[in-house]
Amino acid sequence: MLKGVNLEFTTGKITTIVGTSGCGKTVLLKHLNALLLPDRGQVLVDGTDITKLRQKELYEMRGRFGVLFQAAALLDSMTIFDNVAFPLREKTAMNETQIAKKVEERLEQVGLEGMGYKYPGELSGGMKKRSGLARALVMDPEIVLFDEPTTGLDPILGASIHQLIARTQKTFGFTGVVVSHTIPQVFEISDYVAMMANGMIEEVKTPKEFQSSQNPVVQQFIHGQTEGPIQVL
Amino acid sequence: MLFLLSRTGQFTLKQLSEMGKMFLFLVSALLLAFRPPAKISLIIHHIKTIGVDSLSVVLLSGFFTGMVMGFQGYYSLIKFNAESRLGSFAALGLLRELGPVLSAFMVTGRTGSAMAAELGTMRATEQIDALYSMAINPIKYLVSPRIIAGLIAMPLLTALFDVVGIYGAYLIGVGLLGVSSGSYFSGMESSVVFNDVYSGFLKSVSFGFIITWVCCYKGFHAPPMATGVSQATTESVVLSFVLILVWDYFLTSIML
Repeated sequence: MLKGVNLEFTTGKITTIVGTSGCGKTVLLKHLNALLLPDRGQVLVDGTDITKLRQKELYEMRGRFGVLFQAAALLDSMTIFDNVAFPLREKTAMNETQIAKKVEERLEQVGLEGMGYKYPGELSGGMKKRSGLARALVMDPEIVLFDEPTTGLDPILGASIHQLIARTQKTFGFTGVVVSHTIPQVFEISDYVAMMANGMIEEVKTPKEFQSSQNPVVQQFIHGQTEGPIQVL
Repeated sequence: MLFLLSRTGQFTLKQLSEMGKMFLFLVSALLLAFRPPAKISLIIHHIKTIGVDSLSVVLLSGFFTGMVMGFQGYYSLIKFNAESRLGSFAALGLLRELGPVLSAFMVTGRTGSAMAAELGTMRATEQIDALYSMAINPIKYLVSPRIIAGLIAMPLLTALFDVVGIYGAYLIGVGLLGVSSGSYFSGMESSVVFNDVYSGFLKSVSFGFIITWVCCYKGFHAPPMATGVSQATTESVVLSFVLILVWDYFLTSIML
């Protein structure tokens, strides 16, 4: 699916990967924390090739990441509070009082204060995303991966999720990688935009440069044209 | 002809690959089970799911199995004027064979399929990926506690199946068909030896192992879609049934 991806992510900035459905954006995202391994090539995090790490080292490396999955991937046998507390209970020596304080803090930051007792099945799509974001941020990660954070949400909710991502990025200073095809809304939170097509990265620019790019692939995507270098089935 | 050979070869290689993956999965789960920290609360939770939640179906099936044994045993033994040996017949049949095998079948259908479905759904909704992303080994968290719980819960369920089955046979044999109560229990006492109980215990432990291993494997590796989950559930039940019967044969041939 990926035919030669060369992409660098700037520390402390948000890079958004855009492209057509099925072009491999999520596959690429899953390579970044070694959920998938490439047939060839490297995935370098601060100079370390994470595809060559042993299991213990890989798990330590993954501790630097937070991930917001497309459908939030909340553990549905647990309440939202327990979902957000889960990595703290499993990976830290914090006591329950400290955990509760941190969890409530994160839930408040994503606008879910007082909702910790609910189960994922009782939440709306937007609330699930926000819970997933709270869980992704609870370990204070250096890198946060967002897999189509606003897909399936209405425009107002989508905008509020984008604002939440931007706000939390400013608060925590993480390096963000967002996979999305909801343009132009996602440009508002992006420092860089990478266009993916035909298994490769076609262009990496700032949002303003991207929108005025003369690259025919970018032009076809931005304007939603069926005719062009991107083959539509 | 070549096509047939090719397909047979592909099928064989696929099955060998699957067996290898299952074995590696098992080794990983067992090694992680003994690596600290121990997930005691999870193990207890799964003992409840496998043991307590299966209790009613195991007791019911044990009771009716015993009653059927009472009927079948009586009408078979009476041909040899040996109906007074009904107690031995029921106890030996249940302790050695029917108790472990039928309770394993009940647990496979009730809990094993649910286990495969739960893990398959977790795979389909990226919850397992989420665990990996949180640097938590999902095999240690999801699979190892279930296997340990299966090893603990199955022999207990089998024991209860046996007790209820013996009582069911007693109700029919003594209560309905007129076998002497004294000869029922004295026959049982004289016939049943430690090896009979031990072989049943060993079978039940190994069946608990097979059920949890197979069902967890199938669920964990289910294709991430709705049909994948149902396929994993069906395959886990069928494979568990087959392995239980095959392993039962091997254990019986060794222990008799």
